[in-house]
Amino acid sequence: MELIQLSMPLLLSGLLLTLKISIFAVVIGFFIGLGLAIARISGSFMLAAFSQGYSSVFRGTPLMVQLFLFYYGLGQLSFIRDSALAWWVIGDGVRCAILVLALNSAAYTSEILRGGFMSVPKGALEAARACGMSKWLQFRRIEFPIAMRQALPAYGNEVILTLKGSSLASTIAVLEITGHAKRLMSQTFAVIEVFAMAGAIYLFINVVMIVLLRLTERSLMRHMAA
Amino acid sequence: MTPTRQHDMGIPYVGSAFWELWEAGWPAAILRGASVTLAIGLCSICLGIVIGTIGGLVKWARLFPFTLAIDGYTTLIRGVPELLVIYLLFFSSAEFVSQVTAAFGYGGADDSAYGFVVGTVAIGVISGAYSVEVVRGALVAVPRGHIEAGRALGLSRGRIFRRIIAPQMLRLAVPGMNNIWQSTMKDTALISVVGLQELMRISSIGAGSTRQPLLFYAVAAVVYLGITIVSQIVFGVIERILNKSNRAG
Repeated sequence: MELIQLSMPLLLSGLLLTLKISIFAVVIGFFIGLGLAIARISGSFMLAAFSQGYSSVFRGTPLMVQLFLFYYGLGQLSFIRDSALAWWVIGDGVRCAILVLALNSAAYTSEILRGGFMSVPKGALEAARACGMSKWLQFRRIEFPIAMRQALPAYGNEVILTLKGSSLASTIAVLEITGHAKRLMSQTFAVIEVFAMAGAIYLFINVVMIVLLRLTERSLMRHMAA
Repeated sequence: MTPTRQHDMGIPYVGSAFWELWEAGWPAAILRGASVTLAIGLCSICLGIVIGTIGGLVKWARLFPFTLAIDGYTTLIRGVPELLVIYLLFFSSAEFVSQVTAAFGYGGADDSAYGFVVGTVAIGVISGAYSVEVVRGALVAVPRGHIEAGRALGLSRGRIFRRIIAPQMLRLAVPGMNNIWQSTMKDTALISVVGLQELMRISSIGAGSTRQPLLFYAVAAVVYLGITIVSQIVFGVIERILNKSNRAG
């Protein structure tokens, strides 16, 4: 009981930071990933090659290496430290974690969205063109909604992976849930109890996210309802 | 644990530093780290495959009380950050191991062997949780009719499994196992937080002691990328070999 009173407030304060990192990373990562996916299917060789290279580098190396490379590695360069904006991002653990997690998540998101875009039926695009839709209108009304609907289940997994990835921020001294949990484990020696509490918080976020996802899926699938 | 950031340095001049790094033995250390990383990765994926096969079979055969345990295990491991699982296993076992070694009169157990074993168990348990679904999915995808046909021919259950289910399942499971291998390889980097000297840890030590974090982490990234690319090729070959019999048949 005493242990819960001691650790719960700390873990919950960590929860706020975990949510902040994850939400920013997911949102920023989504837009970068969308850009990369469009670049990949754009038909331009240069853009597609860049997008493919980006995604294989970010998917082929551990998140931890990326994080350390940005946080410790880029901090070594004087022009990064001299640039106010770059240092504002890289110099702070939380912001650096958000940046790296967003870049990492963008690589996975771009693959998922690419799959979605490829599943858009040709006929729907032809119909849109026949109706005289502009490219932008066609993207906004036809391609994007169909692709998103297709990609949503896989994208949900990616969101959960990003949430789990935010725990790595603890390795650059950001005290989110895992950071607090590690500290509590080594201070109180109540390893299993602390794990159970921190794990329960993570599982709770997962459940909330899965429910939100189901609701989104249902609203996107209204046309299928009998 | 992690190197402190150096605020007093300009752009590193790698050219002149390279020879010094070579002299100090860093390339060899990186290679040693990479081989430890590979060894942990291979041992963990083997453990993961064993767990995944048992769990997948249990779920496929719907062995009632055990399916609940498997579901609990996969939900927990897949929902909780890998780092937290690693901390759990290391901190809880450290105490236990030191008690055991003290009981047997050994003062200090071999640290690196201990780290290796617990690290392998941690990563194996994580990759096992993901493998369960892959194996189950592959088993479900084996057509019912084939199994019925085997039964109609009077094959024993063991033979049906060996001759009909296992070969097809193996082929279906390879793409999924490829994904799991990729993430298992990357997860091994997390073991560095508890001090095991694999690639990531060696890079951190190098980054701290030579004050060249950019160089060391970039090299680590390249080595990980190399491992990923090579294993991608190997999996391509495995898939082609397994599918060859399919096309011929």
